[in-house]
Amino acid sequence: MTFLYTAYAATWAIHIAYLITVVRRYSRVKRETSQLKKRA
Amino acid sequence: MKKAFPILALLTAVFLSYALYEALVVAPREQTMGDVQRIFYYHVPSAWTAFLLFAINFIASIQYLVRRNPKSDQIANWIVIAVGVLTSIGAYVIRPLPQDVYPSSIVTTALAIVGLYFLIKRLFSEQATDILALTTAEVGVVFCTVVLVTGPLWARPVWGIWWTWDVRLTSTLVLWLIYVSYLVLRRFSTSGQTPVLAAALAVFGALDVPLVYFSIWIFRTQHPQPVIGGGGSIDPRMLHVLLINWLAFLCFAFLVCWSRYQVERMQREVEETQALEALLEPGGNVR
Repeated sequence: MTFLYTAYAATWAIHIAYLITVVRRYSRVKRETSQLKKRA
Repeated sequence: MKKAFPILALLTAVFLSYALYEALVVAPREQTMGDVQRIFYYHVPSAWTAFLLFAINFIASIQYLVRRNPKSDQIANWIVIAVGVLTSIGAYVIRPLPQDVYPSSIVTTALAIVGLYFLIKRLFSEQATDILALTTAEVGVVFCTVVLVTGPLWARPVWGIWWTWDVRLTSTLVLWLIYVSYLVLRRFSTSGQTPVLAAALAVFGALDVPLVYFSIWIFRTQHPQPVIGGGGSIDPRMLHVLLINWLAFLCFAFLVCWSRYQVERMQREVEETQALEALLEPGGNVR
């Protein structure tokens, strides 16, 4: 059962890690967009 | 789509939870391997999803390359139709096919790829195909990573080893390396030709996908035989759980790709605006 739970946990750890990078990129783009709007 | 996203995300989360419940509780216990066999319900759907995403990346990359010139675009359309027709005819004419490969599965795959080609062409502009290629490669690498991590975690208790340089395993690792190099190229190259170079790499990289898929039919491998359309057999209840998990992962992959696509599109708009700003003097004159 250890291998089974490790595999399932690893799967979700990989997906969550990638989702965090997408959210961070989104926050950065949003910040840059608002900076551009302020300058305009 | 923007308003529907939270609802779709919630539905996907519920679907994934249900698929997890099916995999851990409902699916029957395999007699030889025991509970460790349940890794299969995450390993196989992740592999299928990765293959599908790499196929979309392949089609989007071809379109990005050919749509730069209307004549090559037209030629490509006819080539795609011809390949679809010839593959469908060839599946029933050419013998011998690898053992347990059905002509109908070859025809279905060929027609699905042709359909996908024209669907992408209809839905995405030339620049959008480049974003689509990047998005699907990135998410495909994530799913391929899951395959490469869950595989050894299943192999250790069943085979007694974490890894062997078997054709299926090695070709999957090579596939992962090709797409990682594709992403590295896109991330670090500053050349204006980067999308073209990346598209060319993706077209050749995708050739590894059929090799990975058919390796267990063509070569003698340690990897288990395919459970669908091949020599292996599977309990109908296990097949049901497998398909539910695949559908749940497909919904999840679609949402992740859509989010990543939107972020990339916004990023490019910001970069274009910044580049335009840099060209203009404070008074509004071009430098």
